[in-house]
Amino acid sequence: MAIERDLTRALGPERVLHTRDALLAWECDGFTVLKSRPRAVVLPESTTEVQAVLRLLHAAAVPFVPRGAGTCLSGGPTAGADAVVVDCSRMRRVLHVSTVDRIATVQPGVVNLDLTAAVSDHDLHYAPDPSSQSVCTIGGNLAENSGGPHCFKYGMTTDHVLAATVVCPDGSLAHLGDPAGPRSPHGLDVLGVFCGSEGTFGIATEITVRLCRNPPEVRTLLASFASMSSACRAVGDIVAAGLVPAALEILDQATIRAVEASVYRAGYPENAAAVLLVELDGPHEVVGEEAAEITAFFRKNGALQSEEATTPDERKRLWKGRKGAFGAMGRIDTDLYVLDGVVPRTRLEEALTKITEIGRRHGVTLSNVFHAGDGNLHPNISFDGRDPDATARTIAAGHEILQLCVELGGSITGEHGVGGEKLDHVPLMFDDDDLEVMARVRRAFDPDGRCNPGKVLPQRHACAEVAKWPQMTAEVLGEGAAEGGQ
Amino acid sequence: MAPSSDGPPASYLRTLDCVHCGLCLPHCPTHQVLRIEADSPRGRIYLMRALAEGRVDDAEAIRPFLDRCLDCRACETACPSGVRYGEILEDTRATLERARPKRGVAAWLTRTLLWHVVARQRRLRFLFWWLRVFEVLGLQRLATALRLLPAHVATLAPPVPPARERRPLRTGLHRPAEGTEVRGRVALFTGCVMEPLFGRVNRATLDLLLANGFEVDVVAAQRCCGALLVHAGQPDRARQLAAANVRAFRDADVVINNAAGCGCALKEYGHLLGTDEGRRFAAKCRDICEFLAHEGLTATPRPFHGRLVYDDPCHLCHGQGVRSAPRELLRQVPGVELVEAEHSADCCGSAGIYNLLQPELAAAIGERKAAEIRACAPAAIATGNPGCMMQIDSHMHRSGHSVPVRHPVEFLLPPP
Ligand SMILES: Cc1cc2nc3c(=O)[nH]c(=O)nc-3n(C[C@H](O)[C@H](O)[C@H](O)COP(=O)(O)OP(=O)(O)OC[C@H]3O[C@@H](n4cnc5c(N)ncnc54)[C@H](O)[C@@H]3O)c2cc1C
Ligand code: SF4
Ligand code: SF4
Repeated sequence: MAIERDLTRALGPERVLHTRDALLAWECDGFTVLKSRPRAVVLPESTTEVQAVLRLLHAAAVPFVPRGAGTCLSGGPTAGADAVVVDCSRMRRVLHVSTVDRIATVQPGVVNLDLTAAVSDHDLHYAPDPSSQSVCTIGGNLAENSGGPHCFKYGMTTDHVLAATVVCPDGSLAHLGDPAGPRSPHGLDVLGVFCGSEGTFGIATEITVRLCRNPPEVRTLLASFASMSSACRAVGDIVAAGLVPAALEILDQATIRAVEASVYRAGYPENAAAVLLVELDGPHEVVGEEAAEITAFFRKNGALQSEEATTPDERKRLWKGRKGAFGAMGRIDTDLYVLDGVVPRTRLEEALTKITEIGRRHGVTLSNVFHAGDGNLHPNISFDGRDPDATARTIAAGHEILQLCVELGGSITGEHGVGGEKLDHVPLMFDDDDLEVMARVRRAFDPDGRCNPGKVLPQRHACAEVAKWPQMTAEVLGEGAAEGGQ
Repeated sequence: MAPSSDGPPASYLRTLDCVHCGLCLPHCPTHQVLRIEADSPRGRIYLMRALAEGRVDDAEAIRPFLDRCLDCRACETACPSGVRYGEILEDTRATLERARPKRGVAAWLTRTLLWHVVARQRRLRFLFWWLRVFEVLGLQRLATALRLLPAHVATLAPPVPPARERRPLRTGLHRPAEGTEVRGRVALFTGCVMEPLFGRVNRATLDLLLANGFEVDVVAAQRCCGALLVHAGQPDRARQLAAANVRAFRDADVVINNAAGCGCALKEYGHLLGTDEGRRFAAKCRDICEFLAHEGLTATPRPFHGRLVYDDPCHLCHGQGVRSAPRELLRQVPGVELVEAEHSADCCGSAGIYNLLQPELAAAIGERKAAEIRACAPAAIATGNPGCMMQIDSHMHRSGHSVPVRHPVEFLLPPP
């Protein structure tokens, strides 16, 4: 318990938790299949404190896992029993805003939507908008290179992060990137490598991001279709016509029904097989023309009905259902496995048909909600995590779906990361040589393999002694099933 | 609380409704202040589920996180998965309290006060009589100065109103003045704290109903609603009170209350008692604003010229889903400018006896609330729950911005 004592001395007893029972709350993120109780949780509030913590952990050779709001959907912030969780939630200050340069520097625990709220008086916003934006943190977004509905037009997190101060696993400090932007010559693009490293390279403690001006006009269109294919074809037409809407989202019937039964009720027609949500933004005339064009595509593809929202309240209502979709799925069963695969946009229809087939074969309950513009699918499997058989079928179906995405020329993750969830799927995309290069980059940041060990890179490429993730999963699952199922 | 042979308890099954999406986090006042996962709805549900699954070794280790919960239900309003958080919390608290009653002077005092005094109107009135004497003689300040009373108790304790205001309503039937058209008859639930502390609100409620053409039966045999006992994990005692109230209001078609906390508890008698009788009773309970907004005002309120902030009591907006009714009514006050404070639906930190049990956190939450209200520069504040009225008043006062804090009914009364 020496390390707990030292950490307590550094941060005070209120910000170091190590009572075993209390630590249960940090046992998992949004991917509830993976459960593991960390050794301790610390809650630093500044770069200096994070440095102090990481120095102590370095000296004691204790592994650690960074954490933001814990909304990750791939087990990224879930820590092994020997690891300390460095929870950045309390680092929630917006440090600096320049409305002239349109940039903001924030601590990593600042919630995505809080940043937008902090700059909204200046008619600015932070563009990447994961559906979890009211909860997830900029630190987590950076680590996952998160996307969101509006990333179709505006780009992912990596397109909006300009600089970051990072505490390396040994406690040393690195300044990556340049607030002046990528155009200022700055040696290797290490920030680019850090973005999307899923908490395995160190802890970002100050992050500078680009802010976007609010568009003069925004319009949201909703169309419902009698079949998923016609909704997908409408998307194909829109993109083929060269239009770049701010967002292009599809929800299937199971999702629509779950949402409509929830407090996030948006008024989506429940008899529709799919609804397509399109958002347009820009100058008034352009938006008007595009809306007309898109409505024509709706009609061409046999839309059952369509509506257009122009006031902020109306738009908010239409979006509410989309943003609450994952949570609403909790109405279907106790647990939810949110998958995250990408397929080429032209093969959306084919992918969805095959996914339905896979689901049927494994006897699992599937629903779909996805970023259609990017071909980023989120097939969701609702299951009872206390039932080992159901869990096994869920995992098996998930595996096959991701395999399908790769076969169709896509990838195993669009935005939720590999984490602890997709270790088995990584080899579907990368061969041993690819993985070895990645492992080398990782070792450059974290030579002793103590920073979020056992994640992202499958076992043989990570540092051998710490990569026991798959076994741990099995143990914890076994334990949970034995206790829960009696 | 291991799942037993006749199936796991209902509240355990409710914990399974949570899919760990986290969308409730920004709505939880304690998580907003503390930013600790175990002090968030998602974390607390997770802990309570683990407890029910027998995965918690020492329940005392997770108790502080559950104790810090305000039971404000903001998480229920936010949850897309429909988690019934209040039921889970109250059942878990009851289980913990049964297994190991809390120790310490504060816990003993709470239990004793709740059951032997608050739940018994006559004794409560007697206590307030003493408190008033105490106050008039300046003993309270003396006690605080001598450190006999914790400072937070002294600052929070509202001035006890003079006897005239503490006088209980006359029981029995009250009829509208001669010439007022009678629109119906309702029964009035007077509440145990409202009576001695905010007697003026009860009188205003009665007068308002009469002025708007309703006969009002102030039922004599009614008791405390039992909400505080339920929150403190003592549902058995609360059930005794509930059963008495169900009996007392047997003949009423509509039971009006004016304290959000009580109203919420009354409407949950179905769950508490688990009987049809309880459910039938619950179905006829109405908050005064909910009732009048539905029936419509026939008497024009007295004019009020100035900015008025309406603050949602948790147990009205989250607990009963009543949000627009008070606003609709207040907008009918001639001359009023009704303004919305930021995060109006967030808890003020009062939450029953929370501010006595968790003074620091309650103060932090109360200060946030006061700051958001101050930003609107109101001439007065309206809110429909005695605890919230006290908490908001105390924090406005503390920040040097005292403005009248009143119950909505007080603004709705017609000119005398
Ligand atoms: C309802 C719901 C909807 C979602 N919608 C989307 C969506 O539309 N698009 C999308 O991309 N994702 C989505 N997600 C996934 C998730 O919200 C994102 O991955 C998000 O970026 C995670 O942020 P977080 O603060 O919760 O981080 P956490 O979950 O706590 O951590 C995520 C990862 O980041 C690392 N990390 C956290 N903080 C730091 C730091 N300061 N420095 C270094 N590493 C760090 C952790 O180690 C972990 O590996 C959704 C999740 C939910 C529950
Ligand atoms: S919003 Fe509901 S489902 Fe989501 S974490 Fe909170 S309680 Fe659980
Ligand atoms: S009841 Fe209120 S304080 Fe308790 S968890 Fe829910 S939102 Fe938080």
